[in-house]
Amino acid sequence: MKLPEWIHPRILRERGVLGINARNHRFIQEHNPRRLYPRVDDKLFTKRLAMEAGIAIPPLYGTVEFHHQIRGFHDRMAAHDSFVIKPARGAGGNGVMVLVGRNGGDYLKTNGKPVPRAQIERHLANILSGLHSLGGHLDRAIIEHRVRSAPPLDTVSFQGVPDVRVLVFKGYPVMAMLRLSTSLSDGRANLHQGAIGVGLDIATGRAIHATCRNRIVTEHPDTGMAFTDIALPDWPTLLLLAARCYELTGLGYLGVDLVIDAEKGPLVLELNARPGLSIQIACGQGLLPRLQTVEREATGIFPKPAEARVAFAADAFAADGR
Amino acid sequence: MSTRLQVYLICGLLALAGIGLTAYKSVAYGYPLTRAGAEDVWTVEAEISFRGTGAPVRASFALPRVSREFTVLRENFASPGYGFTRSENGGEARAVWTRREAEGPQTLYYRVQLARQRGGEEPGQAPADPPPPYFEQPQRVAAASLITAARERSADPRSLATQLLYLLNNPGGDQNVEMLLRDAQDAEARVQLPRDLLAAEGIATRMTRGIRLVEGRRFQPVIPGFELWDGNEGWVYFDPATGAEGKPHDFFLWQRGGVSLLDLSGGEGSQVRFSVLRESRPLGELARERAEAADSALINFSIYELPIEEQNVFKRLMLVPFGALVIVFLRNVVGATTSGTFMPILIALAFQETRLLPGIVLFVVVVGSGLAIRALLSHLNLLVVARVSAVVIVVIGLMAFLSLVSYRLDLPVGMKVTFFPMIIIAWTIERLSILWEEEGARPALLRGGGSLLVAVIAYLCMNIGWVRHATYTFPELLLVVLAATLLLGTYSGYRLTELRRFLPFAPPTAP
Repeated sequence: MKLPEWIHPRILRERGVLGINARNHRFIQEHNPRRLYPRVDDKLFTKRLAMEAGIAIPPLYGTVEFHHQIRGFHDRMAAHDSFVIKPARGAGGNGVMVLVGRNGGDYLKTNGKPVPRAQIERHLANILSGLHSLGGHLDRAIIEHRVRSAPPLDTVSFQGVPDVRVLVFKGYPVMAMLRLSTSLSDGRANLHQGAIGVGLDIATGRAIHATCRNRIVTEHPDTGMAFTDIALPDWPTLLLLAARCYELTGLGYLGVDLVIDAEKGPLVLELNARPGLSIQIACGQGLLPRLQTVEREATGIFPKPAEARVAFAADAFAADGR
Repeated sequence: MSTRLQVYLICGLLALAGIGLTAYKSVAYGYPLTRAGAEDVWTVEAEISFRGTGAPVRASFALPRVSREFTVLRENFASPGYGFTRSENGGEARAVWTRREAEGPQTLYYRVQLARQRGGEEPGQAPADPPPPYFEQPQRVAAASLITAARERSADPRSLATQLLYLLNNPGGDQNVEMLLRDAQDAEARVQLPRDLLAAEGIATRMTRGIRLVEGRRFQPVIPGFELWDGNEGWVYFDPATGAEGKPHDFFLWQRGGVSLLDLSGGEGSQVRFSVLRESRPLGELARERAEAADSALINFSIYELPIEEQNVFKRLMLVPFGALVIVFLRNVVGATTSGTFMPILIALAFQETRLLPGIVLFVVVVGSGLAIRALLSHLNLLVVARVSAVVIVVIGLMAFLSLVSYRLDLPVGMKVTFFPMIIIAWTIERLSILWEEEGARPALLRGGGSLLVAVIAYLCMNIGWVRHATYTFPELLLVVLAATLLLGTYSGYRLTELRRFLPFAPPTAP
């Protein structure tokens, strides 16, 4: 089977595929007021909001806001063997450093290589001076709990923790995918870097379709696990968490990243006000019909409770009900 | 009313206003719609340099006069510390610089802007009969026999001059010619000799000095020649070196008649150098004059009212909106990714100065070496602003070095590296190197190459002759560009790149 070089825009329209211009024009600009952006762009802000609303997030171990705090960093983290350092305003997973253990005074990375203390300090200084932040603004560093995958997800990914991206429109979860890092993506979960996107059935949390680098795949290239076997545990909890982020942020068009931690269960990892469109490729489905379904459903001034929204989505967007 | 409808309405009004004003100016005032009506403006600069001896200085310099062929748009005299007067003496215009005391190297500048006029040569007045020339005894015989030979093969003064010049330029072993040429070694004497021979026949001539109007050439040589009075046609130019009659199209007679180009007292080692610069300016001079006569506010507020230098700045400025439109198209409709939204426009503007290929080479050299330096700096653990500033400093140093090297090697291109916007370049380097560190060399090179490609496309679009002409002559077309930009802002269809990105949605084709 040979794919044609270009796809005709008519086919894309027929299949309801959402393009970037249409996403920006019709959904982001209309449903995401600019003043609400700081709630998701600043992860520290997001964390505070989530804690107030009782939404489960990875526990915060501390922050580094000024350069003089870098010196005392190692003492403050003495109680934790493993943790994650990330920039509060980072974009696309940039600047995230995962430390899994200690080796004398130094730390250990995911791949088992030691990281000297000085390198940690330099990384913190880079974060503070805005190296990884959107637009190069001054930033703060967040130190939080390192998420460890729970079975069965701990065996599907090459490295790193698989995360679930749920696209939430007006509080309704409309599409979901599981992102698995590969050796190609260097342990990252960004699809354009070669990670695998596994489309999930909104009703059941079972895999329906998977792509890697724009091609349909059936098993993980590194772990060899077949994707059809994947079914996410705690699926209703995950969907409910995602749906509740609508009230948290007020953003109508929202990407919610979730993980399932071995100790803490489902957690909201990150929110995104400009979620990408690759989720359509991962699911083999265009977004537009689902978004229009939600537009017809969510007409009232006050949103329905999150449970009702999840129930509606599970019914309307079920894979076998199409 | 939906916002989309509002946008369409505003776009329609803007486009209507822009096109309407353009049409009005074109129809009512005759502003040329195409470049056919555009004309060249030549800036000729004379640089007079000498060493002052400490004595009072008086430098008298021949100036060009308005002719029917060229009109003088503007002239400047730059000479700090000198008194300056313009004298008209017997139809000859001269600039006179004076100073009580001058020591060491001195430089005086005279700059004139010329535009070609449609119109023939002015007839002028018949000169007095020339005084008979004086030849030493052996030369007198040689001159007489040469004139006789030329007379036989000619019918009138002009053909006589042609024949004389032919004989002088093709001695062919003729002893008479060789004897005369022996005493006329330098270029000025080679002009004086045929003039003397013609004077012996009672034909009036005058000395000329001219320069060729060749674009962007520094240090144009002064070419001496003469003009011959022909009763019917007025002054006719001859080039003594080739014997050709008539003035080449790209030739400008700086001085006609008179004796010397420069008379200098109180200085030594004097030198006059000419440099020539061409700008293609939609002249519309006629249109402006007509509009001025009509006292139209529309024209009075136009760019033409500004001094020439400011007009040049404006000319570039008016291209920016069009470049922005191209960028909007490339980003929203094609889907190109660039490093920094409008960085490609600035690079494209720099390409206007450097020309395309040298510009690309310079850009790659500067950004490439900047990336190497940035890689070194990343080991030093610096804060962001300090690091970018360090890159700026190094980039400027690099530009200075490139300029110096290319000046030494006589490559005028390298000098133009200074037109690159260095702050933008430094940020580009910073962004690319972060991308390189985080995602590897491929995305960084793709992004950098993509930016360069977009810059090149923007440059090519901005360089279309008609676009340059139209944006400058009809600034009101800006409204049309604005309307098009607003329209593109409402485009919510697929991008060209998405037609590849969403390939997995294509139905499987039969094998």
